[in-house]
Amino acid sequence: MILELPHVGESVVEGTIGKWLKQPGDKLTRFEPLVEVVTDKVTMEVPSPVDGSLLKILAQEGETVPMGAAIAELETADGSSGAAPTPASVPTTAAPPQPTPTPASTRQAAPTGTTGYLVRNINPVGPTGGGVGTEQETRGTAQVEETAPVPPAAPTTGEAPGGPSRPSPAVRRLAKEHGVDLAQVRGTGLGGRITRDDMMRHVEGKDTAPAASPQPQPAAVEAGPDEQHVPLTPIRRMIADAMVRSVTQIPHAWSTVEVDVTGLVALRAQVRAAFQQSEGVDLTYLPFAIKSVAEALKKYPSLNASWGGDKIILKRRINIGIAVAAPHGLVVPVIHDADRLSIAGLATALRDLTQRARQNKLTIEDVQGGTFTLNNTGALGSTISYPIINHPQAAIVTTEAIQKRAVVRDDAIAIRSMMNICMAFDHRINDGAESGAFLQGIKSRLESMGPDTPIY
Amino acid sequence: MAIKNVIEAVREALREEMQRDSKVFILGEDVGRRGGVFLATQNLIDEFGESRVIDTPLAEASIMGIALGAAFHGMRPIPEVQFSDFIWPAMNQLIGETARACYGTNGALPVPMTIRVPYGGGIRGGLFHSQNVETIFFHTPGLKVVAPATPYDTKGLLKSAIRDNSPVVFLEHKKTYRLVRGELPEEEYTIPIGLADVKRAGENITIVTYGLMLHYCLEAAEAVAGEGIDVEVVDLRTLRPLDKETVLNSVKKTGKLLIVHEDNVTGGVGAEIAALVADEAFEYLDGPVTRLCGPDVPTMPFAQTLEDEYMPNTDKIAQALRKQAAY
Repeated sequence: MILELPHVGESVVEGTIGKWLKQPGDKLTRFEPLVEVVTDKVTMEVPSPVDGSLLKILAQEGETVPMGAAIAELETADGSSGAAPTPASVPTTAAPPQPTPTPASTRQAAPTGTTGYLVRNINPVGPTGGGVGTEQETRGTAQVEETAPVPPAAPTTGEAPGGPSRPSPAVRRLAKEHGVDLAQVRGTGLGGRITRDDMMRHVEGKDTAPAASPQPQPAAVEAGPDEQHVPLTPIRRMIADAMVRSVTQIPHAWSTVEVDVTGLVALRAQVRAAFQQSEGVDLTYLPFAIKSVAEALKKYPSLNASWGGDKIILKRRINIGIAVAAPHGLVVPVIHDADRLSIAGLATALRDLTQRARQNKLTIEDVQGGTFTLNNTGALGSTISYPIINHPQAAIVTTEAIQKRAVVRDDAIAIRSMMNICMAFDHRINDGAESGAFLQGIKSRLESMGPDTPIY
Repeated sequence: MAIKNVIEAVREALREEMQRDSKVFILGEDVGRRGGVFLATQNLIDEFGESRVIDTPLAEASIMGIALGAAFHGMRPIPEVQFSDFIWPAMNQLIGETARACYGTNGALPVPMTIRVPYGGGIRGGLFHSQNVETIFFHTPGLKVVAPATPYDTKGLLKSAIRDNSPVVFLEHKKTYRLVRGELPEEEYTIPIGLADVKRAGENITIVTYGLMLHYCLEAAEAVAGEGIDVEVVDLRTLRPLDKETVLNSVKKTGKLLIVHEDNVTGGVGAEIAALVADEAFEYLDGPVTRLCGPDVPTMPFAQTLEDEYMPNTDKIAQALRKQAAY
């Protein structure tokens, strides 16, 4: 057997052989002193661990060796390998065991399109949209990068094969056990995550989802001399998937109305400073728009709905998502039960959500449960948009830039503050009649606002 | 079977064990003539006399020291700490001496002692009548720690604790004393220390909990059952030694784990369970192991609103379950 230099205490990593008390060939009795070892802390006698004899000295006197290194070869009295766990033929001075390579099958089990990136850690994200209450523009409201938000990462998105996040240990184990390619499994969990149940359904053959991604995968293309190829971030990919899902599944119809917001502009100008002082919140136009939309949704519930295949699903709660530009991309935090809040309440809720969106501090709840989406495209100066519906909602509305325009009033030309509202609606759920009435409902509510409108 | 509450279960266990074994005796503040502030020892002094139901001064270190000495001499003392909040003066006797005596004497001095500790909040007890103290004992080898939640478990486990030759910290949640009722068999029974109990079987998510929280967890499990979330609720009953097998079997079945306790979150019982599961059931996990526990504030606040904020409750647990289910 091999005798190793024993570990004698914390912080001691090596020892110097002082004196061999036995010579090769000498008989040994268990616990009999065999060798003196000098360390920077103590000098100690190492006893023989066995009855037997000393075969060979491996570390000479004066030699400094690390703890655990072989210093002698012993023979036990019965000729066996003795009490030591290490077979004599294996040099115990070997380097620490190398990490076991990951089996190829495990590596293959990782889903395609992921880079170990956990969506839930960066706050669930859908849209890349406008931060509400940015400073620059005339309306002081949302800044928008794109005209349409995508659904938040969290709910109801079951279609993305593979899912955006790293599969759980249970899923990886099952994939390995059953030899399943995770890219072929439809995820129904948070953000399209593959759950253990999804795996089991797939294994049992009950997963009827199309095996392949609905998007054609373009062949890999080398960057040309005048091109730079930017790899997709997971959020960018999610946004892309959501947009495709919406436009391929929902038959969009668009409509636009002009709204005379002269009264609203006067109202806001009148209360803005006082509101800033009393609430600490810059009062933008957006809370007024949300209020009008929430009231109109209450009156026209078929716009607060989604397509259910063989039915239309009306939503009791009015939860309005607002497109916000967050550092990683567009997000759509949701003001839940927006119909129950005053304009002041909406302003505060909006400020809270947009601030946390920009700080990446939104919670799952903040982005879940939206039933309708509002996008303030006017913040970037847009005057007309063709928004893409936030799947699976029934419609989306944009508020465009407010501009003073010459309009005809009572057969005279007047200068009024005008704003367009654009809407896309799912034509499976609603026809022009309901959608038009809904749009008129928002318009009439906004136009009726004036210096006497209560904001609390 | 008769329906009884937890305090009645405690009293029955004490009486039966004192009748069974003359070495068993009780000592503590107001345990005699007053019958204990929660009436756990009511009338026991009349039946067993002042030498076996001993009123002590307000001196927890002495109560525990006397109990330890008596245990060394073959007695089976049941010291009562009136409120867990006042156990701290006895910590040297408990952690320094009691827990280590048997091991330190190579088995020569076992300590057959049951330390009864009313604990826990949610009763508007404020700073000094609400504390959770289990984690420190949970951490300490040489002690057993029992924290039942029902009358049945309380009686069966208290009898086992009294018969056990190790020191047992027996935690009784004050809010369960009269709030929780259940059937108590007429006939003799005991429940072994170290066995958890699946109080509700389910397939989707495991909750591991103990004490008062068990009942909130069961309510929450019921609340989300209608949403298609099938929750299994494991009642640890004994914290130390931990019934790892029951916890691991449940988590391996469901793949998801929520740990609920009232004690502060950091370094609590839940942390140990999370580590256990990460260690031994990693490949079965289908979601993050999460804890719903008391926040890291120094003590239970007195104000109702703040106490409500502190305490996990049915709604908070149901929310946590929904989040787990959605993952």
